[in-house]
Amino acid sequence: MRRYIIRRLGLAVLTLAGVVVLVFMLTHILPGNPALVQAGGRANAHTLQEIERQMGLNRSLAAQFGSYLGNIANGSLGTSYTTGNTAAHDLLTRLPATAELAVASTILATIIGVPLGVAVGLREGSVTDWAGRVGAIIGTSIPLYWLGLVLIVVFYADLHIAPAPIGEVNAFAAMPPSYTHSLVLDSLLSGNWATLSDALRHLALPAVTLGIVETAPIFKITRSATLEVAGSDYMRTARAYGLSRWEVLKNDILRNAATRVLTALGIVFGFLLGGSILVERIYDWPGIGLYAWNAVTTTDYNAIQGYILLIGVLYVLLNLAVDLLYAAADPRIRFGSAGDRPRRRPRPAWQGRRVISPPSVERH
Amino acid sequence: MSGLEIVGLHVSIGDRDVVRAVDLHVKPGTCVGLVGASGSGKSLTALASLGLLPRAARVTAGRILLGGDETVTPGRDRSAEVRGSGIAMIFQSPRAALNPVLRAGHQVERVLRRNGQRDDLTRRCVELLGATGLPEPDKIARLYPHELSGGMCQRVMIAMGIASEPEVLIADEPTTALDVTVQAEILDLLDDLRSRTGMGMLLISHDMSIVAERCESISVMRQGEIVESGTSWAVLNSPRHPFTTELVRDVTYRPGIESSPAPSSSAGPADGPARKDGR
Amino acid sequence: MSRTGAGFSAGRPDDTVPAGGPGRSARLRGELRRHPSLLVGGVLAAAMVIAAIAGHVAPPDNPLAINPGHALAPPGPGHWFGTDQFGRDVFSRVLYGLGMDVVIGLIVAALAFAVGAMAGIISGYLGGWIDDIVMRVIDIVMSLPPFLLALSIAVVLGNTVRNVVIAITIAYVPYLLRLTRSGVLTMRGADYVLGARAVGASRSRVMALHVLPNAVGPSMVQAALMVGWAILDVSGLSFLGVGIQPPSPELGVQIAQGASYITSGQWWISVFPGVAIILTVLAYNFLGDYADDKLRGQGS
Repeated sequence: MRRYIIRRLGLAVLTLAGVVVLVFMLTHILPGNPALVQAGGRANAHTLQEIERQMGLNRSLAAQFGSYLGNIANGSLGTSYTTGNTAAHDLLTRLPATAELAVASTILATIIGVPLGVAVGLREGSVTDWAGRVGAIIGTSIPLYWLGLVLIVVFYADLHIAPAPIGEVNAFAAMPPSYTHSLVLDSLLSGNWATLSDALRHLALPAVTLGIVETAPIFKITRSATLEVAGSDYMRTARAYGLSRWEVLKNDILRNAATRVLTALGIVFGFLLGGSILVERIYDWPGIGLYAWNAVTTTDYNAIQGYILLIGVLYVLLNLAVDLLYAAADPRIRFGSAGDRPRRRPRPAWQGRRVISPPSVERH
Repeated sequence: MSGLEIVGLHVSIGDRDVVRAVDLHVKPGTCVGLVGASGSGKSLTALASLGLLPRAARVTAGRILLGGDETVTPGRDRSAEVRGSGIAMIFQSPRAALNPVLRAGHQVERVLRRNGQRDDLTRRCVELLGATGLPEPDKIARLYPHELSGGMCQRVMIAMGIASEPEVLIADEPTTALDVTVQAEILDLLDDLRSRTGMGMLLISHDMSIVAERCESISVMRQGEIVESGTSWAVLNSPRHPFTTELVRDVTYRPGIESSPAPSSSAGPADGPARKDGR
Repeated sequence: MSRTGAGFSAGRPDDTVPAGGPGRSARLRGELRRHPSLLVGGVLAAAMVIAAIAGHVAPPDNPLAINPGHALAPPGPGHWFGTDQFGRDVFSRVLYGLGMDVVIGLIVAALAFAVGAMAGIISGYLGGWIDDIVMRVIDIVMSLPPFLLALSIAVVLGNTVRNVVIAITIAYVPYLLRLTRSGVLTMRGADYVLGARAVGASRSRVMALHVLPNAVGPSMVQAALMVGWAILDVSGLSFLGVGIQPPSPELGVQIAQGASYITSGQWWISVFPGVAIILTVLAYNFLGDYADDKLRGQGS
């Protein structure tokens, strides 16, 4: 187990280093002149040169890489030219808002997706199974941003249940002090119930939007894991000994499906990181996604770069966390060695979209 | 106490009869052998007694009784009441048959709990594991299946079986997946438990020599039907069905097998080289 | 498991069976019956293709013509999907944009497959340190969600259709590379490959005849699914204003243009393009599902 942890940590560190380099390459090595993009095509040669100097583009690539690393080392990630703050400050103060969305939507998706997946997995071949699979296929065909708009149409414009999609909270709400920069937490901590309730009401629709689309991959993987368990020898043993349905569900099905479901969570995080930019744009939610979108439209290079870097780091860290949880859930990893099959958490596929594997792929 | 009675059992998958008119009676304290090739329907017969047939299969005729009470008939399945409590089954690949994420002791305790035991679970569990010949059973109880050898896993399964306080224990190819050296130990263990607890045993195997050595009566199954049955002595010495003759022929070429009905008998010829084909 | 079997068994008397045995249409019907995914996917895909072609060849109304007098008309007899803020007929625009998105999706999938599969085969076949490096790089590239990766590439390259296609393709290549590479590695150890080598078949012959077809199968299926993903991603990018820009009638652009009218009740500008996207992606998802079932040798 210790070897596993060390290996995973080492891999994570390596990958992080790689991400740092990758992000630099994305913004500096690709063809295309960032200064030109930022200038917007109206610039004459002189202004262009000035912008290039400002952005440091006239220096050598090595020097640029050096100052890029320096920006990371001093924790600033460069300065955003739109807000004037360091990109790091901007991102970190907005991250909690995105986290609120992520947590709320994942909770929703898990509450719906896991029980449904288990229920359907135990009824293989039935109408419920077929309906579930079709539902999941439909779920992965819906554009997230379109769904958000539709939900706004239905719940805000038509039914007037949801509040207007203008951000976290009403314009006139009393703002609590910013301990955590998460409105929900801050109002909770300061006992500001009115704002808390308003914040939660505004959180609802964006969380549901993300949650609906997240449910499909969670459902599919839970179903597939349940199928695998249901057909296993040890499941037959449990039934042969007359163990109660509840006992079987808890200790045979869920505990063995847990590892696969954890992998699903890794998938889902990836989806969230990508999807937040769309959802926040639609709902005007002040998280890192909206920040990134603003950065894109104003071509604020430091902000964009900082955002991508943050995403990469978050993803690596989240996967590391899932890897560790995986070890906690599967005693074959915790206590030794080869055993029957080489155990390595399968690499997550993005966004729950199904990646086909050739038969008997173990670790490659 | 009349043990397990299977009367006229018919099992079908789709419109195919996979088990036809099977009669078996396993009395308490006895060992009945069920021999046949793979696909002959022996496992299905066993699974039917526990109501564990695969979804596509159905009992279409006959009855199964345990201790005089009907448990399975076409259309009515009360086997859930006796599964793991009165009748138990051990399987072919013991490590695969154990839950990989639960410790060995926990798995035995689950069966104890199912049988109404509330207190003293750990102590009773360690007792049972010890009864199956596991050394340091308290330590074994804390291990996971992947940390145990095949033979140890089978002993854990047997402990689970005994925890069910069964009238009859069904052993479906219990030694086939195990090392040859361990096979005899496991079979000896089962014999020993049988005499100590008075349970009956249905020993299923494709290997006539195993069944011949351990069982008082043998039924031979072929393509879903019982083609011959009787006492071991009768079946081995005067087989009537040609298939049985073939099976038996392999057995009598292996020295060391008793072919007389007397429980104590002289050892067969040549203890030496002939023994090396794996006993 | 019969490869060709329909609902027919050879011996069953059936007066519709032509003399030579079950015909192609009969086999097809049986296949459709056993794999509803194929039926649904096929019908949807065909419908979308027809709609897209119609949208270019014979749209009911000029999708690009501005007509301020009829702006923001709700769906009705003259305009089935209503009109947008410039008076353009949404139905025609949706059909027209559908074509764009489908073509982009197909191109991205084809390119990603070509590059990814080739790279995967080479990497898997060569093995050694080359393979190790390639896998490290792939792992790093896959640390970013593909949508965001495509976003950053497109932003840096500039907002054109060509750049968006390149960006999304780059984001998808790692998957196909890994998939194909896995297939190659699995196949290399497979018994029949070893057998072929043992009787003296040359390395390249073995590759071509045995390894390639089996390694590439799953990634072809994946590429089919990726057509749908690409449509979702390209429209998502355009929705954010990256890549394809107005006045292009790409579906994501249309949705973005209608977004500000949502809250005031003019929902049709954004909703219908989205429905078109859903139906198209659904088609490819079903087709991919069917292909996957076939690959695994089961019925769906």
